[in-house]
Amino acid sequence: MNADVIIVGGGIIGCAAAYNLAKDGVSVIVLEGSANIGNGGSVRNGGGVRQSGRDPRELPLIMYAIKNIWPNLSDLLDTNVEYHQQGNLRLGHSEKNKQILEGLTERAVKCDLDVRMITGDEAREINPYLSDAVTCASWCPTDGHANPLTATMGYYKAARRLGAHFISDEKIVELRKIKGRVCQAVSASGNIYEGSKIILAAGYESRYIASTVGVDIPMQPVLLETLVTEAVSPMFWQMLGTADADFYGHQTDHGSFVFGLNCGLEPYAKPGKPVSSSIASSAACRGIMRYFPSLEDIKVIRCWAGWMDSCADHVPVISPVEEAKGLILACGFSGHGFGISPAVGLVLSQMAQDKETVLDMHELRYDRFRP
Amino acid sequence: MNDRSRELKPFVPAPDDDMIICRCEEITKGEIRKAVHDGMFTLTEIRRYLRTGMGLCQGQTCTKLVKGIVARELGVKPSELGSATGRAPMRPIEMKILANDGGGKK
Repeated sequence: MNADVIIVGGGIIGCAAAYNLAKDGVSVIVLEGSANIGNGGSVRNGGGVRQSGRDPRELPLIMYAIKNIWPNLSDLLDTNVEYHQQGNLRLGHSEKNKQILEGLTERAVKCDLDVRMITGDEAREINPYLSDAVTCASWCPTDGHANPLTATMGYYKAARRLGAHFISDEKIVELRKIKGRVCQAVSASGNIYEGSKIILAAGYESRYIASTVGVDIPMQPVLLETLVTEAVSPMFWQMLGTADADFYGHQTDHGSFVFGLNCGLEPYAKPGKPVSSSIASSAACRGIMRYFPSLEDIKVIRCWAGWMDSCADHVPVISPVEEAKGLILACGFSGHGFGISPAVGLVLSQMAQDKETVLDMHELRYDRFRP
Repeated sequence: MNDRSRELKPFVPAPDDDMIICRCEEITKGEIRKAVHDGMFTLTEIRRYLRTGMGLCQGQTCTKLVKGIVARELGVKPSELGSATGRAPMRPIEMKILANDGGGKK
């Protein structure tokens, strides 16, 4: 099968790229290896649409997305992506925490982000459910959150309506060059898909696939775990994080809380299917209750886990490859790809059409790892 | 391989489209049928798009019903559709109880 652009990976990055390409009238085939669209990190993340705490190399992408895309995304995709822009509180309880938060804040202010340090009392004015344990916080009023499930499926739905061709259960195992250009993707069942550009956005699997044309990106799978509670009446809309990074999360439109966990053992999780551990949820509940004592009676109804494609320097590779012309990489999102995905989809569609990208992407090139 | 561009029979509104199928999340038969026509071809995708089976009972009541509706809309046997993943905990559990696993004492 042929198309102008072949996209390997039907997650939110692949779906957003397909949406932008199809909108420009470019023919596109999206190949998803699993049975379900958006089966990796796209639907297994905390839903943060957050600028604060981000690496400066990623900041232009998220600032662009928050300014230009997120506010209208529900209308664009004809799907409620549940975007809320009510700020991000990163909470601390000690002098050491305060130093961490001050460092993050200072770095972000240098990048023209509106983020500042506030006291525990100021944090409690923003969020009255916070306990007295909170002694300091960073506050970024333009941050927020959205629903990763509906945003991913929304991009898929909209791209499909515009004529993008999606095929699932079609695992790509090899890329092939013809006359020096990468233009074929070969599936495990032997089907060949040909296009003048191939976008590789298959999460950690991208590493194996890229290696078939001699390209290697240093990344590892790292587990991410989350718990979801029953629905309760709306309490607050801020995105939350902590200086200790022991949990993060928010309350959804639906009323449930989604809390990401971090018990420290994530890089050592069992390989294979991502499975919730028996200890991370309990540890996170203790962390959550310390800052939000009123949540102690709320019921946890579901836990889930997923793999992050954690890159050596914790920011993604979004880049054409000079030694493998025709190939465009979009991988290594390191657990914070969701918020930037609308901007990444736009940039990828521009790269695939040899247009100038709306943002300078040289900091996220594939060849930045040389020591 | 599962081609998402294959033609389905056109969506025809039905008199029982208002019937609630997922009781926890209050999702109707019509919403599920429409989601299939919007490209949600698996139980997992329907779940992610509509929240069926993501409420208090975690799909223990509605999964079979949703499967039947999706299969009919796609024109396949229910047995050809895989199931959505079951997730811990088996029953809803309060945070203060889940937190009490003996850890955090250092």
